[in-house]
Amino acid sequence: MNAHDPHLSTKFDDGIAPGEELLHVDNISLSFGGVKAITDISFNVLKGEIRAIIGPNGAGKTSMLNVINGFYHPQEGSITFRGEKRTKMKPYEAATSGISRTFQNVALFAGMSTLDNIMAGRTLKMHKNFFWQMWRHGPALQEEIEHRKVVEEIIEFLEIEAIRKEPVGTLPYGLQKRVELGRALAAEPDLLLLDEPMAGMNLEEKEDMSRFIIDVNQQYGTTIALIEHDMGVVMDLADRVIVLDYGKKIGDGLPEDVQANQDVIDAYLGVSH
Amino acid sequence: MELFKLIFIEPFEVMAALPDLLLQTLWEGFVSGILYSLIALGFVLIFKASGVFNFAQGIMVVFAALTLVGIHAMGVPPFLALILTLGVMALLALTVVKLVMKPLVNQPDIILFMSTIGITFILIAGGQLIFGGEPKAMITTELGLPTGSSDWEVGGGIVIFQHIDIAAAVIAALLIAGLALFFNKTKTGRALRAVADDHQAALSVGISLEYIWVVVWFAAGVVALTAGILWAAKSDVSFALQVVALKALPVLVLGGFTSIPGAIVGGLIIGIGEKLFDLYWGVPILGGSTESWFAFIIALLFLLYRPEGLFGEKHIERI
Amino acid sequence: MFYREAGQYKTSYEADSAKFPIRQDKWFIWFYLAIAFIAIPYFGGQFFLDAIMIPFLVFALAAVGLNILTGYTGQISLGTGAFMGVGAYACYKMTLAFPDVNIIVFIIASGIFSAIIGAFFGLPSLRIKGFYLVVTTLAAQFFLEWAFIRIPWLYNYNPSGAIEVPQREAFGVIVTGASASSEVRYLVVLSVVVIMTWFASNIISGRIGRSWMMIRDMDIAAELMGVRPLYAKLSAFAVSSFYCGVAGALMVFIWQGAAEVEVFDYNRSFQILFMIILGGLGSLLGCFLGAAVIFIFPIIIHNILPPIWAIITPWTMSSSQADLVAAVMIGVLIVTFLIMEPHGLARLWAIMKQKLRVWPFPY
Repeated sequence: MNAHDPHLSTKFDDGIAPGEELLHVDNISLSFGGVKAITDISFNVLKGEIRAIIGPNGAGKTSMLNVINGFYHPQEGSITFRGEKRTKMKPYEAATSGISRTFQNVALFAGMSTLDNIMAGRTLKMHKNFFWQMWRHGPALQEEIEHRKVVEEIIEFLEIEAIRKEPVGTLPYGLQKRVELGRALAAEPDLLLLDEPMAGMNLEEKEDMSRFIIDVNQQYGTTIALIEHDMGVVMDLADRVIVLDYGKKIGDGLPEDVQANQDVIDAYLGVSH
Repeated sequence: MELFKLIFIEPFEVMAALPDLLLQTLWEGFVSGILYSLIALGFVLIFKASGVFNFAQGIMVVFAALTLVGIHAMGVPPFLALILTLGVMALLALTVVKLVMKPLVNQPDIILFMSTIGITFILIAGGQLIFGGEPKAMITTELGLPTGSSDWEVGGGIVIFQHIDIAAAVIAALLIAGLALFFNKTKTGRALRAVADDHQAALSVGISLEYIWVVVWFAAGVVALTAGILWAAKSDVSFALQVVALKALPVLVLGGFTSIPGAIVGGLIIGIGEKLFDLYWGVPILGGSTESWFAFIIALLFLLYRPEGLFGEKHIERI
Repeated sequence: MFYREAGQYKTSYEADSAKFPIRQDKWFIWFYLAIAFIAIPYFGGQFFLDAIMIPFLVFALAAVGLNILTGYTGQISLGTGAFMGVGAYACYKMTLAFPDVNIIVFIIASGIFSAIIGAFFGLPSLRIKGFYLVVTTLAAQFFLEWAFIRIPWLYNYNPSGAIEVPQREAFGVIVTGASASSEVRYLVVLSVVVIMTWFASNIISGRIGRSWMMIRDMDIAAELMGVRPLYAKLSAFAVSSFYCGVAGALMVFIWQGAAEVEVFDYNRSFQILFMIILGGLGSLLGCFLGAAVIFIFPIIIHNILPPIWAIITPWTMSSSQADLVAAVMIGVLIVTFLIMEPHGLARLWAIMKQKLRVWPFPY
């Protein structure tokens, strides 16, 4: 892997130094009908860190990610990303501003090959218009090949060369998760949201995935917010941890502090409310 | 300005001037609305129980009516012919479920939908092959359905009530009530609602999906037969009815795909709406025959405003 | 044994992403094109060109159009017939207004009118999915059918209500009307279809085609990857309708010479839909295979079944009954294919090719 690659390293220059605030979530409340999914949550994510969101099932973790990338619109609160404050935005606007994600239940494009899925992640970087595409030979092909090179780097990085041309629908679950990470990475995100990247994996697959996450974070400097249930993984990977329970924030801090927090222990062991 | 008058003033002047015409139109719209509801009901039954959007429901209406007339033409007494036709619909239900629905279990919805288009084609061509393509008269009197009409004087004119229309409204109401009773009071009905709610859970308590599907396809067949008899009594049995039956689709859009009250209300709105629109706006402004598209365009506009239908619940998407 | 890729190495991504990565395929394509452009018009004969090849190509083009929308973008449409009609009527009005302009220009331009109308009726697809589109596209079908009858301006106030194609030239050769030769008309259709199919395959393999397939496979994920549903869906509707419109114009101007509204009714929409189901959703090759089977199969049944029936049974069968038998068989074929091979003939073809690649040593 070449850390000084001309394509993949350009994205680091977004004017935010490591350690500064990249994302700030401010007093978010979200409800469906009468059901409150998230109540008054605030936290921030710093440039270059790995931020974990943990909590029991139904705590509102995935809803939180959905709010961050514009899929759900919270009734209250605001989100500040790269210094820009926004209340309501569409998912593709989030994508344009540099947020990319993976999904809890793999959401790959099942009818397309691994290569096309990761190429799909480059959608926003490609601009040749309809008429060039129609002609293909010339600028459109040039662009296609340029991006193919980047995608091939990602394929190499994730060690999935062998399945390049396989339709993703037929791949085993662990590989699908890896392709999905590749697709999210292809968008060269400033903020990468990972929704349970290791759910349903065996130990070896988890180790691989952890290695990829750390590599992404260190080599590309990508900021990562992830949801994970495996506490061992979270404690090892994360720089800071937020704990949610019943849509409320009950803990926020360094992994070891959170681990010692009495509220968190209660939430996980189940104390009656 | 001329157009403004044509659209917003003159139609209402005509309505006020000729109340008998208005009432007559409303009544006719009401009756055809009820028949749309019946056809839509067949869709809803199958959609609820199996998630299949049965495009063949419209042709089933024609096919059922044709079978009845065809069997009777062979010299079978009318009520025996009715029972035999029910038998044919049961056989059709069994065949469709065994040969098409079961092998396609767990396929994407679009594949199932397309398979019902295939069934539509088989029934259209097969029906013509067996019974011939020319329009036939429904055996109305033989089945004991009334044929006369009554007049009612209103504001200097008369409104005509065809007795068959009154019978249609009553029979449709009875059928809907019967189905409601069946769903709420019988064991099969309960199983059916369980399947509609959650396939997996229903399977896990020992409900046979295949059996339920056969039941709903047969129920849809009965509804189709009823609609076919009532409709054909007003016109004739012909394949042109199939196009009319397609209007059940906009009815579904208005009512929501899973709601039986929705199908009824939607049917009435479409039935009355298209008659009123054609008479007061379609003929004077657009040259008439707007009934062919009115329902669909209304559904299209409605979808832009409220995609989940009148009675459907707002859908929360999850990822 | 000859269909072998051993020794063909790809040294660039360009070669790897080529449409026919195996060299033999490339040769075959040129070979087929040579047959289509040279051998068929030379040896084909008038009946074969007029009654088989021209309609087949017209339907294949319409199928490409519908496949872009349904097979690649996942949006069902039952309005194909009407969109073809828009193209035909637009072409008719344009060529009446400007008789001296090259007719091929108008045939292509008529697609633009279809595209606009198609995109308009595609608007609801932004808020709704799946079956609801059946209703909105049927709305297009029935409304446009009505408009073709009720707006006499469209058929130039002909008392018959039909449009009759006048004689028109392109590049100094008579292309439409009674005195246009079969060979010329065939070559015009073939050229338009080949070029437009080539464009379609280019679009599909690029960014825009990928965004269509993203919408088809997982629309939510597509939006989160930065695909704007508005652009992706409406462009699919527009491009699809463009193709259907051109196919409609070709159908009336080059194939039939005159047309009434009935040729654009909803049966036409179903016919084209069947072509792509049978041929293969999401496959351009499938459009051609499907068009061939759905169009040619009934012709064969129509001509051979009644005599066979008369020989093997004591009864006679009229040719209209044979048509009904063919329709039943096509219905059965559709259902069978959906059950056994939902990806259609194109997938069978691919499987056969895969077998051929390793034949005679499959292991």
